[in-house]
Amino acid sequence: MDYVIEMNNIRKEFPGIVANDNITLQVKQGEIHALLGENGAGKSTLMNVLFGLYQPEKGEIKVRGEKVEITDPNVANDLGIGMVHQHFMLIDKFTVTENIILGNEPTKFGNIDLRKAEKDVAEISEMYGLQVDPRAKIEDISVGMQQRVEILKTLYRGAEILIFDEPTAVLTPQEINELMEIMKKLINEGKSIILITHKLKEILAVCDQCTVIRRGKGIGTVNVKETNQNELAAMMVGREISFAVEKTVAKPKDPVLKIENLVVRDARDVKAVNDLNLEIRAGEILGIAGVDGNGQTELIESIVGLQKSESGKITIDGKDITNLSPRKVTESGLGHIPQDRHKHGLVLDFSVGENILLQTYYRQPYSKNGVLFYPKMYEKAKELIEEYDVRTPSERTLARALSGGNQQKAIIAREVDRSPNLLIAAQPTRGLDVGAIEFIHKKLVEERDKGRAVLLISFELDEIRNVSDRIAVIYEGKIVAIVDPKDTTEQELGLLMAGGKQEKAGESN
Amino acid sequence: MKLIKDTAVKLAIPLIAIFFGFFAGAIIMLASGNNPIAGYAALIDGVIGDAYVFGETLRMMTPLIFSGIAVAFAFRTGLLNIGVEGQLIVGWLASVVVGIVFDLPMVIHLPLAILAGAIAGGIWGFLPGILKARFQVHEVIVTIMLNYVALHVSNHVIRNYMLASGQRTDFISPTASLTSDFLAGLTDFSRMHWGFFLAIAACVIMWFILWKTTKGYELRAAGFNPNASSYAGMNVKTNIVLSMVISGAFAGIGGAMEGLGTYGFIQILSSFTNLGFDGIAVALLGGSTSIGIFLAAFLFGGLKIGAANMQAGANVAPELVEIVIALIIFFVASSYLIRLILNRLQSKKEGK
Repeated sequence: MDYVIEMNNIRKEFPGIVANDNITLQVKQGEIHALLGENGAGKSTLMNVLFGLYQPEKGEIKVRGEKVEITDPNVANDLGIGMVHQHFMLIDKFTVTENIILGNEPTKFGNIDLRKAEKDVAEISEMYGLQVDPRAKIEDISVGMQQRVEILKTLYRGAEILIFDEPTAVLTPQEINELMEIMKKLINEGKSIILITHKLKEILAVCDQCTVIRRGKGIGTVNVKETNQNELAAMMVGREISFAVEKTVAKPKDPVLKIENLVVRDARDVKAVNDLNLEIRAGEILGIAGVDGNGQTELIESIVGLQKSESGKITIDGKDITNLSPRKVTESGLGHIPQDRHKHGLVLDFSVGENILLQTYYRQPYSKNGVLFYPKMYEKAKELIEEYDVRTPSERTLARALSGGNQQKAIIAREVDRSPNLLIAAQPTRGLDVGAIEFIHKKLVEERDKGRAVLLISFELDEIRNVSDRIAVIYEGKIVAIVDPKDTTEQELGLLMAGGKQEKAGESN
Repeated sequence: MKLIKDTAVKLAIPLIAIFFGFFAGAIIMLASGNNPIAGYAALIDGVIGDAYVFGETLRMMTPLIFSGIAVAFAFRTGLLNIGVEGQLIVGWLASVVVGIVFDLPMVIHLPLAILAGAIAGGIWGFLPGILKARFQVHEVIVTIMLNYVALHVSNHVIRNYMLASGQRTDFISPTASLTSDFLAGLTDFSRMHWGFFLAIAACVIMWFILWKTTKGYELRAAGFNPNASSYAGMNVKTNIVLSMVISGAFAGIGGAMEGLGTYGFIQILSSFTNLGFDGIAVALLGGSTSIGIFLAAFLFGGLKIGAANMQAGANVAPELVEIVIALIIFFVASSYLIRLILNRLQSKKEGK
């Protein structure tokens, strides 16, 4: 067979763990090959071996049938292997061309030959339908365009085999579709692609083959045409997974959270939340859909009391909480699963137990007359660890040592256990694997059924559509539409998120 | 198992650093034509050789424990207090002022004088604390500058208002004194005073505040992750100020130990006492733990007292001891670096 990349029986150990145990990945010329696995399954290790960042203990790598030793990334580049990183490595103030030629500048009489470079970039862009303006500055172009610049960068360096590392994490639905078209075009021009992902839908949409790894072991390679979502998920996780979030029809009652004409300015003094109105009732999950940076962060922070609002009013159960301190807001009946669990959700150098009590440590019976009773805290923590199935060696283990899913479960245990009337979940499943996602979605629905109001903010449209009872679309700091997830397509939502009008959803763009 | 390994590493680093420090010191002694064995024998003899030097070592430890605690306390809450030196000087001055000016029974006078030291140091810590909390001014810069302010203000006050004989103030009244005939008698008339026991108490207090109180939990949380702390409803800004005040108060009491115990007066200081700066080394070597600080203070205090005997007993320049201290700190700092690299490597592996 004409495999362009063969990684046979790769084993990579780190002291104490085997990151890759006998994994085989064979990519044919001209195919899109998915590499599927949960977080920590060993995808990145495998790709870093291919890219020359790690040396495997066992196994061999063949490129175009020839055995190679990839000792560092330069060797990988010379072999025509290029990586499109998840986090773009671009310089904002430079133009597209300047970024692309960086480290590989064509020169003429000792000066950079920018004109030739621009011509080359335009040519490649044309060839693959990337539609990138070589002279635009990075800071002025969209995220999707920036990603195409990253693709151009690898192509400019002559890459024949492109590795895409979770490329859709930052994109809107429309941009995702565009990216898929680009991938297909790349294949038509004779390139080969390895797509690292844990999103099954994308695999089914564009990939030819899919190699699944689980806990460092190769589970197998399947032909995408002969498989389905459930089979892939079961291979990845090792058990059956339900995708449809099981829930009954919501029975919303009285309003819990009411936001009226809220205005919040961000750090640059721009109105990030601009005259926003919203109401969430007990017993419903309201999802906020929107492209990152349309005021979501400022909205949450002003509700929870971390940012002052300029005007407007926020009430929980009729109680005015506008511009109260976070502690007062929390005590008014708010639970908050923050968007960035490492930065805002946890003190990573505290034990799991200390983290679980981070919102209640100052109350009796944990604290009396200024003295903190750690045994009482750990007793409570142990209880919650059990109840919320947080997998940790002990309640005294540092939070840092837990996996992302278990860290998130600890946060959820802390926030939900206080029985808040309003639960804000900001990107609660970001970066988590399917098993943990399933658990978290279940919890959110459970809370709803207990008669709580749940505000869900997520950039994953699937999540918004599956979990929410109503979807509010945020655009430029305003709620521009409230729709029913059952009769709104992803396409319609995508348009609304990009600022299109609801009634003209079909025509605009 | 990992826990045991961690503890072992934590203990090993300062011990290795100390070993390397002494080892390098031995090489320097050899190079300068001295016998290192004789030199170190004289050093040890100068620390624990007789009751007097041992008493002096404990006396020397006392302010070092306080300044070490001051640095460690701030450090545990995410702050770098480089101003312990200045806080210690103003604490020293304030305690002496109260010791001289008032005429009170001892049960009131002595605690009042110590409290004055704590308050003065606390105010000196409050300033950088409030500037950091309110205006995000970095505490390192402010505390460094306040050291100079403390030094010169203190000298100015002594020179213009309190000068008694030569370069110093009057003696404090006996009712404010920490000196102890009992302890002096026990240690062959060293200057050891009751302050040593206050220092031990301070170690316990620091441990208690940080690990047994609700405030301590908040302070530590803010030290590790101020963002998560404010999300959890803690008032991080107040905590910054409070932490600096407590840290400064520890330093101020350290100064009071000198004023009320060792000397009984304060003199015009031609330069910094270095007691505060040495506190940084003590905290670092002691891993910012109470027991560690106690042991590290014993080491540094002992080195300073024993240095005199190195010259008398083995004809080694006392400057060499300073070099050994500097090298120990160097090795502690660099082994932290090594540890950091080790940790990085490990977490990288775990991450993938």
